[in-house]
Order: sequence, then C-alpha cells, then structure tokens
Amino acid sequence: MQQLTVNDAVSQALAEEMRRDAKVLMFGEGVATKRHDLLAEFGPERIRNTPLAEGIIAGTAVGAAAMGLRPVVDLLFAPFLCYAMDAIVNSAGKLRYLSGGQFAFPLVVMTQTGAGWGVGAQHNHNLEAWFVHSPGLKVVMPSNPADFKGLLKAAIRDDNPVLFFSDLSLGYQAGEVPDGDCLVPLGSAATRRVGGDVTLIGYGKTVAACLQASDRLAERGIAAEVIDLRSLKPLDEAAILASVRKTGRLVVAHEAGRLCGVGAEVAALAAEHAFAALKAPVIRLAGPDAPTPGNIVLEQAGAPSADAVAAAALKLFESIA
Amino acid sequence: MSNPARDKEYRMESNTDNTTLLAMLESMLRIRAYEEKAAALQAQGQAPGTCTAVGQEAVAVGVVQALAADDLILTNHRSAGHLLARGADTGRMLAEVMGKSTGYCKGKSGSLHISAKELGVVLTSTIVGAELSLATGVGLALAMERSAAIAVCFFGDGAACEGAFHESLNLAALWRLPILYVCENNQWQAFVHRREAMAAESVGDWAAAHPMPCASVDGNDAEAVYAAAAAAAAQVRSSRQPYFLEARTYRLRGHYEPDDQHYVDAKELAGWRGRDPIAALQARLLAQGVLSAESLERLHQRVAADIDNGLAFALASPYPAAEELATDVYA
Ligand SMILES: Cc1ncc(C[n+]2csc(CCOP(=O)(O)OP(=O)(O)O)c2C)c(N)n1
Repeated sequence: MQQLTVNDAVSQALAEEMRRDAKVLMFGEGVATKRHDLLAEFGPERIRNTPLAEGIIAGTAVGAAAMGLRPVVDLLFAPFLCYAMDAIVNSAGKLRYLSGGQFAFPLVVMTQTGAGWGVGAQHNHNLEAWFVHSPGLKVVMPSNPADFKGLLKAAIRDDNPVLFFSDLSLGYQAGEVPDGDCLVPLGSAATRRVGGDVTLIGYGKTVAACLQASDRLAERGIAAEVIDLRSLKPLDEAAILASVRKTGRLVVAHEAGRLCGVGAEVAALAAEHAFAALKAPVIRLAGPDAPTPGNIVLEQAGAPSADAVAAAALKLFESIA
Repeated sequence: MSNPARDKEYRMESNTDNTTLLAMLESMLRIRAYEEKAAALQAQGQAPGTCTAVGQEAVAVGVVQALAADDLILTNHRSAGHLLARGADTGRMLAEVMGKSTGYCKGKSGSLHISAKELGVVLTSTIVGAELSLATGVGLALAMERSAAIAVCFFGDGAACEGAFHESLNLAALWRLPILYVCENNQWQAFVHRREAMAAESVGDWAAAHPMPCASVDGNDAEAVYAAAAAAAAQVRSSRQPYFLEARTYRLRGHYEPDDQHYVDAKELAGWRGRDPIAALQARLLAQGVLSAESLERLHQRVAADIDNGLAFALASPYPAAEELATDVYA
C-alpha cells in the first residue's frame, strides 16, 4: 500500500478519474494554476481557471452536467458556497425531480471547511447540514487519505450532485491508501474501532477525536466503538443503529453547529429506532451557534476535542450508577 | 442612449417566404389560444396559476423558427411559447399544467418549469437568472463535443438585473461558448416596471460591455424577429461565440394568473395592444393576399381543435400516484 497525504490522495483520484472518463473536467478559481500536473496531462479544455464568480462556476457545472459532462468544481472555502447555493440547491438538486427525471446532474462540488486556519467566519463555516437538508444532493466528508481518494472517485462516478467537504486541517495528514482503482461507496459508514460499551460517532476531523477518546476510555476498561460516518447523505442508518443497539450508549461529535445539525439527525435516529436499547440519553458535542472566530485559540475551542468526547462518554456511565 | 456596439437594428423585412410566415402565424395563434386556455382553466379552478406571455408570441416563434433541429433551448417561467413553437404537444403541455402524469415532466413541473429533452428544451428554471447561469454549462458541453448545434437562452429584463447576467455573458465571451442570448424585454419584472428597476434604458446597453455582437429588434414583429434571430444564430453557428439579441416587447396579461393589472398604466397597455404581434402579422398577410379570410378562419379552427383535443387528453389523464412524490429525486 502507498503512503499518501490527503492532498495527494485527492490529486490521484482526480487524475485517475479524468484518465478513465473523458467526460470528467474540472474548473474553479485557480484550479489550473494550482493543479498543474492535471493541466499538463489533460490540457486547458478539461482543467480550467474561472473568473471569481462562484454563482456562474456552479451554474456552469449544473448546465454541463445536464448535458452529460461530469464536472468537478472547486469552490475553495465553504462560506463561498453561499454564492453558489442557487445553482446547487435550486437547480442541481431540484431540476431532476421537476423535469420528471429527464435530467441527471453528475457533478462534484469540492470545498474546504473546519477549524485550523484561523481566518475567521467568512472563510470557515461548517455548512454540510445545509446541503444534507436539500433534496437531490449527496454530501460526503472524509476523515483519512484512503477515504478522500475512494469517496472522491465514487462521487465523480455518481450520477447525482455530490458536495465534497474537506476539513482543511487534514490536508497534510498522511496515511495508507490502497493501490489500484479503489472506491469507497457513498452511503457507507466505516467502523474504525470495534467495542461493546459505547458508540462514538464522528466525521471529518472529529473521527480522530473519537479515536483518541476511545484510547482514554480503554484505559478505564470501557470499550468504545468508533464510527466514521464519512457519507452524511445518504446516511448509513443501518451501521448507526446496529452499533447503538449493541452498546446502548451514543456520543456524536461534529464541529458544525448543534442546532439541526447532523448530530441531531443521528440522535433522533437512535431515539426513533433504537430507543429500547438506549441505557442513557444521547449526547451531542458540536460547535457553538456562533460564527467562527478569527483567533486560533477560540477557533479550536469550538471543535469537539478528544477530552470532551471522552468526558461525555464517561458521563453516560455515571448516569446508570 | 446610442451605443456603437448595439446599433444593429432589424426592421420589418419582407424576404421571408410565405409558407414560413403562415407557419409562424399558426404557431403564434396556437400559443395565444393555449395561454388563454391555461388562464381560463385557472379562473375556473381547474389549474393552478400560471405565467403567460400573451403579446410576446412573435419572439418565441421568430427565434425558434431560426433554429436548427439539434439546437438547444433554455428558458424560464414564461416558457409555454418557446415549447409550443418548438413543437410541443398541447395535450402534454396542458396535462403538465394540470398536474397529470402524461405531462412532459410527469406532472411534477406544473406550468412553471416544463422542460422537454426530446424537443431540445434542455432546461427550464423559474429562479430568475438561473437560466443564464445554466446556459454556460450547456454551451460548454456543446463546445467540448465540437457540436454544430448552438444553445439559445431566453430570459427577461428582470433576469438581466441579476448578477448571473453579467457572470454568464462574461464567461461565454471568455470561453467562446456558442450561446444566443435572447432577452425578452417585456417592460415588466413581475409587478415592477422595468423603468423602476433598471438604470439603463435597455439590456443591450449592459450586454454591449461584453465582447460579443449585440442587436435589438422589435419583438412584436415576427418577421423582423425571425430575420434578426436567423442572422444571430448563423453568426453563433459559424463563429462559435456568443451573441446577444434584445427583443423589445410587452407583457399584455398580468404577471401571474390571476392578476387584475391595476398597477399598469392604461395608456401604455392600450398602445401596446394596438401593436399586437398576431394582429399585425395577420393584417399584413391578408393585405398582401397571402392569406384569405377563409384560410384564416381555417387556421383558427385548426388551432381551436388542437386545444380542445389537448384539453380532452389532459382531462382524461390520471394524476400521478402518491408514491411518485419521492421518485425522480436521485438518479
Ligand atoms: C430569484 C427570483 N426572484 C424572484 C422571483 C419571482 N419572480 C418570478 S418571475 C419574476 C419577474 C421576472 O422578470 P423578467 O426576468 O423580466 O421576466 P418576465 O417575467 O418579465 O418574463 C419574478 C420577480 C423568482 N422567481 N426568482
């Protein structure tokens, strides 16, 4: 197996998919400047810089996808999605349905999110739940290089619009990536650690927090099961419920705001379908209902830490004592 | 305001052959009758409200007449004329408006977003300006396929006030996309007169800021629209670059049925009623002897029968099953 950083895994996925399918193209602000390897291999028709205009970047992707191309657009930072929202939500998400299924929109929107850069709320906003709430879209947020590669390849091959959120702090993280054409299907969670006492669920960067928390819990004799959602829509409800039914305890952690967030959905799922198995109330750890501060210390304070996850899990055991 | 880039002005030309003119007249009559039927159905509670383009038929028919069979159309909420001019079946259109499963979009569009891939009406969006933002993608696909076809994007003066207008024209010019932009300047942006919402006198003044040929035309003169659109389409086809055409016209009915038009200046409306594009073409063809009173009567009867048959088809069609609520969401 190869060792790759997340950034390299993404580049490899893009190159492999562009090589495999001539319909795949990529455009965005500075895409051709930054991805010069792709530009060199695939030429300026398939790797394009665009004007600074996210609305038309996204709209162009939607129109091109309706015609059978498979565009990947890079919209840089999640807050800029606001400019692209109309094309993604109102066009890509709805026109398949409104047209009675005449069109498909096989496109991928890549964007970065998450604490770690300290540039403030207009460059950092965890917006994944907005898109989960929008019909017709799929949403993924990987946590490690292998999944970045496998999910991106699957997203490019998917016939639906997929939002691909990258936690920017993971970019230089390295890890093992299987050789060859390795896909991770959309809609499948991964069990990162098996345990029978408590379920810790995260995605993106909080998966690492959950894994570290599980180490701490193990020191106290508690076996935590760690689930990495990686695909937020479709959500792997079966994996979530199977684990909750097994452990009876659930902590779900993400950096995005708690109110109507993905954690709320996971908690509601457990309450609706695994209530009898629950031995304690579900705990959600999430970011505050506040814009992200442009201050590294405050910014990090908003992201659920391993300590916070471990403390939350321990609380679930106190409640029965 | 004079604008050197926009001084191409099409006037009535009489070099269109009579067969074409008669076909255009029939198409305009069908669109008018269809839209009046849709409005009447709304008034009777048999269909939801709808946006008509009564008074704008010459733009739809003139432009579509200038297209080749494989050219693609993007349009907006006021699209019935574009679809019917392209050959849409009145029955399937009315079925869609009434929410029946035999409609072009299985009854999921209603009147506002009807698209018909089989007719080359590739996307219809009722988000004002979205048609402009999607058009560049359609143009890009045509360019990358090395297709001979062009994309035509119909939009209003209201859409031109959205940022997407400039973003779209800029990208189309930059990437040399084969798009014919057709602005139907019908003077209205829902309930707001164009003069209240635009600092420029015409949308062409804005388009002229982008490096592409621009022209304007009397949108109530079907023959002039056809001539202008044919020249524009030919230029897009050969240059593989965008072209902007503004058709000056007027929305004779309200924004959305029902609408009592209390906000409309009666004198302005009367002036434009006097320039009804169908009446004008009819009068001209009668005066020139191309059309006789009897053949005109037959045209009207044919159109009326088409609408009646279409309505009967729509009425007899079933509603979609409730399970259809959540189908066609994902591919
Ligand atoms: C983004 C957006 N804003 C507002 C509306 C409501 N709306 C529907 S049609 C319309 C008027 C559009 O005017 P114009 O583009 O000139 O087209 P016209 O209706 O005159 O044909 C408005 C404001 C909408 N559909 N989309």
